Amino acid sequence: MLSRTADTLFWTARYLERAENMARLLEVGARISLLPSVHGYRSEWDSLLQASGTAEGFARKYGEPVARNIESFLFFDRDNPSSVVSCLTQARENARIVRAALTTQVWDVLNTAFQEMKQLERTPRSELELTQLTEWVTRTAALVRGSIGATLLRNDGYDFLNLGYAMERADATARLIDVKYYVLLPRVEFVGSGLDNYQWMTLLRALSLHRAFHWSYAGDITARKIVDFLILNPENPRALRASVEAINTALGRLASRYGRQMDAQVRAEAMLAPLSETSVEGIFEEGMHEFLTGFITEIAALSHQVWEDYLTGDVR
Amino acid sequence: MTTCFNEMFDDGAVRAPYARLEDWTRSLPAGLRHMKQAEAEALFRRIGITFAVYGEGGDPDRLIPFDMFPRVFTANEWARLDRGIRQRARALNAFLVDVYGRGEIIRAGKIPAHLVYRNAAFEKAVVGIVPPKGVYSHIVGIDIVRTGRDEFFVLEDNCRTPSGVSYMLENREIMMRMFPDLFRENRIEPVDSYPALLRRTLASVAPLKCEGEPTVVLLTPGHFNSAYYEHSFLADMMGVELVEGQDLFVEGEFVWMRTTEGPRRVDVIYRRIDDAFIDPLCFRPDSMLGIAGLMDVYRSGGVNICSCPGAGVADDKAVYTFVPEMIRFYLGEEPILNNVPTWQCALQDDLKYVLAHLGDLVVKEVHGSGGYGMLVGPKSTADQIERFRARIEENPAKYIAQPTLALSATPTFVEDGIAPRHVDLRPYCLVGDRIELVPGGLTRVALTEGSLVVNSSQGGGVKDTWVLAE
Amino acid sequence: MILTVEHVTRYAYDAPVRGLVQSHRLTPSDSEGQRVLDWDVSVSDGIRGGRFRDGAGDVVESWSVTGPVLAVEVRVTGRVETSDCAGVLRGHRETIPTACYLRDTPLTWADSALRNLAAQAQGMEPLQAAHHLSGVVSKAIAWTPGATQSQTTAAEALERRQGVCQDHAHALIAAARDAGIPARYVSGYLLAGGVQDAAHAWAELHVPGLGWIGFDAANGCCPDARYIRLASGLDAQDAAPIRGSARGGGGEVLDVTVAVSQSQQ
Repeated sequence: MLSRTADTLFWTARYLERAENMARLLEVGARISLLPSVHGYRSEWDSLLQASGTAEGFARKYGEPVARNIESFLFFDRDNPSSVVSCLTQARENARIVRAALTTQVWDVLNTAFQEMKQLERTPRSELELTQLTEWVTRTAALVRGSIGATLLRNDGYDFLNLGYAMERADATARLIDVKYYVLLPRVEFVGSGLDNYQWMTLLRALSLHRAFHWSYAGDITARKIVDFLILNPENPRALRASVEAINTALGRLASRYGRQMDAQVRAEAMLAPLSETSVEGIFEEGMHEFLTGFITEIAALSHQVWEDYLTGDVR
Repeated sequence: MTTCFNEMFDDGAVRAPYARLEDWTRSLPAGLRHMKQAEAEALFRRIGITFAVYGEGGDPDRLIPFDMFPRVFTANEWARLDRGIRQRARALNAFLVDVYGRGEIIRAGKIPAHLVYRNAAFEKAVVGIVPPKGVYSHIVGIDIVRTGRDEFFVLEDNCRTPSGVSYMLENREIMMRMFPDLFRENRIEPVDSYPALLRRTLASVAPLKCEGEPTVVLLTPGHFNSAYYEHSFLADMMGVELVEGQDLFVEGEFVWMRTTEGPRRVDVIYRRIDDAFIDPLCFRPDSMLGIAGLMDVYRSGGVNICSCPGAGVADDKAVYTFVPEMIRFYLGEEPILNNVPTWQCALQDDLKYVLAHLGDLVVKEVHGSGGYGMLVGPKSTADQIERFRARIEENPAKYIAQPTLALSATPTFVEDGIAPRHVDLRPYCLVGDRIELVPGGLTRVALTEGSLVVNSSQGGGVKDTWVLAE
Repeated sequence: MILTVEHVTRYAYDAPVRGLVQSHRLTPSDSEGQRVLDWDVSVSDGIRGGRFRDGAGDVVESWSVTGPVLAVEVRVTGRVETSDCAGVLRGHRETIPTACYLRDTPLTWADSALRNLAAQAQGMEPLQAAHHLSGVVSKAIAWTPGATQSQTTAAEALERRQGVCQDHAHALIAAARDAGIPARYVSGYLLAGGVQDAAHAWAELHVPGLGWIGFDAANGCCPDARYIRLASGLDAQDAAPIRGSARGGGGEVLDVTVAVSQSQQ
């Protein structure tokens, strides 16, 4: 397939996943802010900006982090390249560019969502509840993903879409855990406290994982269980391990389709070993932050390798 | 307003091809009609068929208004159009091979040399080249207007990259989806073979150096182009890659496409970008849309470009006047379809006449398109006419003039019911190892009462066009 | 006379080039005044592409280089036997109609000064007019290297009254076309002694009965046995011996050396 088409599909999936993650992040913020504040209302919302990597852009445009502004900034603002609206617009434009590589159903869902989004943009903000917005995003994302799964040919385009989804999700989940630990919790003595547990529950809820968690792990929420669930548990579709496995599946399919193993496959496989062999203790020993930083760097390097191997157009 | 031919009513009676449509409109109360109209619009918007007007800004997702009332031709009417269109497409291609070869028609004094050789669309770089199968223009769009029961005129020819065919196909698709009964009751010739025929045509003109099944691609200027939807749609329907200039490169004697598995050779490029932009090494050096070195590969038989660079010299509005001459010269036949009488402002006598009758004429720029830079005399104010007069006097050679034709009208849904609106027709003739023409075309309709401008950039709409089977 | 040519063009890039494509008109065609004895064009790391003779009778050859490379060298060497035809181009096979060369281009557009210049030839026989215009352009523009660039138009050069062979040719072409004489730009080589940093250029004007005649307004003469004709076009850009495009590479440094000498045998 055309390198540019593959690249565009890859980014369509990344933008879709990014839009969904942003919506979930907004939900975390909204729920945490409902909690009786122990350290001031401001910093919870502030931490949201930190988590989404948009704090600087926000400060430049709005200054003080006020809930309403943050919601606008993260959901509607086209000046913020990571806002839900920006990501969905990009995803839909990318899909329009490679319209022929998608099925009518996939295009239809995405294009309809885009028209609905424009409708939402025209609606007065006072008539829109945040949860209504975030639910709309997660529903849309699920619809797109569902129609891809149900209707798309299992060709290389499908693999590049899945690669984009998995890489974006791996990166986003790692950042979310990292932020939860180092930004969301105001002081280190809160670790394991009631506040900590409430925050974790909120986060799981926003990821639609709270019930899954309780089914998998009985009893109290502990740091150990959480780390195991979000990083190592192969059954959790948002765990880092599941994402890296999905990356490997997609790259493996490409290698066998093209009859050629590239550096990307080697790199991806190397990422899988630590996740399947490490224990929670191992991660705590290394230091959670260090572990996550290392992971995020690896993902970025893999993304570059995929580009070099398949997307530059200079492949020989 | 002069009276015009109404394609549905002749002498107060409903003409045969429209008979069943009359029943249909009766069965369609206003409420249902509005609902259907909204449904059609939603369908168009959902499939993403939009038209953005260059330089107008505004909503890039604007739809061309779709009128649900079909335009109908009888088998007999179409048979004549069909013969006329094919004849014209053959003559235009013969002309192109001739003017880039020996120039017999000029030597014979049938067309003035300067009109061809000094024409900006004449490409010096392809002189001497006979493209595969001797075809320069593979998709010929011929704009036709009707002025009476048996009177048809060719308004202009489009030999480069005529657009709009996706509307012909989508209009039909949507009509069949919304009014299946209409298609059961009327015997309507299908048009949906067009993409397959287009692909066959393109594959039939593979270059000399191509071995085996040719790889065909569609070259678009990119997703910001107003016709991007059509490019994407046609590529999809034909099952060929939709490429941008950056996806192709020249290496050795061939053109290659950049794929995830390495370079893949390309044999035929159906390009939807202008000559000036296709190769910065041959034409505009600042072009970012083209492929460096493409023309060298083309000229040495490594790839074919459809339509071939230089094809535009045949559809120039000044050359248009001579198409009937071409038909007689190359085919030894009499034109089946007539030209609209045209005055060349470059000629002294014609200019004098034009300036004296501006109020009655339509004046067009020789190189203009899309309904811009034209004067519709009877619809213009004295002030507009005077301003246009100054422009003509400044550079007469830039303009031609034609009488204001009483374009035929067909029933069209308007706010308060059904009313006649003026229409034209653009069929798409495919020329490769043989000539193909699907029965139908794009009917454009001037939605404003009395207006004669059907261009979609100027408030025109589109209709489904039916050709009834015998 | 036997002329030996060594023409080297070197491109050096700041960053590796991912790919490069060039279209060459670097091979002389045989005509009465010139016969190619041997000739070779090579491009470092280059892949030879299509080769053909275009409608103007010039040999076009396509070259590509697959990156990454930091430098590309185009080397032209060969020998041509020449004779003096008093500037008249005879025996050159071409098919482009003469009328095509009446079309102007941005580089050869005639402003009022050039139109006034052209008006001086009014009423003259075409041959006389051509000689007259060439003489006038020779005087109007003083040969001054560095006063103009490759994008300088005929009108600008005439206004500055300074320029190089390209400007003389452009001004003469603009004036000639305005006077109704088909005119074109010719690039080629001139036996000038020593090593030059550019190839040469002049104009050809079409005179009924005689055909195309060369006029080198920069040197105030018509091409003779010291000249080798490479390619023609509507203007310098259209007649360029090398047109190329590189992908990536950042900044480019160009170095050209041209040495034309007279062979002993």
